[in-house]
Amino acid sequence: MIPLGHYLIVSAILFAVGSAGVFMRRNLITILLSIEVMLNAVNLTFVAFGRHAGVVDGQIIVAFVMTVAAAEAAVGLAIVVALFRHRESLNPDAFTSLKW
Amino acid sequence: MGETLLFYAFSGAAIVASAMVIFQRNPMYSVLLLVASFGMISGLYVQLDAPFIAVTQIVVYAGALMVLFLYAVMLLNRPNEDAGDWDAAHPLKEPGMARIGVGLGALLVVQLVYALLRTGRLDEAVGTGGDGGSVRAIGRTMFQDYAFAFEATSVLILVALVGGVYLANREDGR
Repeated sequence: MIPLGHYLIVSAILFAVGSAGVFMRRNLITILLSIEVMLNAVNLTFVAFGRHAGVVDGQIIVAFVMTVAAAEAAVGLAIVVALFRHRESLNPDAFTSLKW
Repeated sequence: MGETLLFYAFSGAAIVASAMVIFQRNPMYSVLLLVASFGMISGLYVQLDAPFIAVTQIVVYAGALMVLFLYAVMLLNRPNEDAGDWDAAHPLKEPGMARIGVGLGALLVVQLVYALLRTGRLDEAVGTGGDGGSVRAIGRTMFQDYAFAFEATSVLILVALVGGVYLANREDGR
């Protein structure tokens, strides 16, 4: 059987990759994708700990996280589309003014 | 033995696909690579005795959410946005800054792994206790212990629906 620690290390690496993507990329869609990578890393931790403890609560939290991720992606992409209509750009550095 | 090999195959492919999501210039490829990464993580869920979450991962994440992203990418039709020329003058593009950023990212990995290795009971095998995650057990717990959270989720989805439609459907000029 696989030790718990291996799942956690995989999850940690995935989370670091996702956060690196948020900081490195300057494309709003890729930033949203990196956030999804981070959410998945956390989900893996939840399921691994839940399985280790022998309860299903971890999986239920993952189901809720998936719902929140879907809502977040829907609103986030709508905001990206609205911003793109204003500035014809997906670079977050193009949106530095609060009002235009 | 086969299980261990599968674990390393799934996790290695998930990490490589996620890393390629980050380093891909074209968001279309990024989305498709993320679908691959989700499939691999779904394999890990199957190994963790969580078939419901594994299927949900494929259907909801790879099926619905990534299609939403694909629609957005195709709608915006701007494949290589962050390769603009004024992008080259960005202060973060300086090699020193980039090196600090890479160093901080590596530091995050080291910190997380160090913190994980310091926790106890990590060498115990996963998947020995309990009855795993049957859909019956998940449903019973979700609708008894987590009924309020479940109902609150419906409100959240409604808010997201209204907000998404309002934001994306706004008239030009304001």
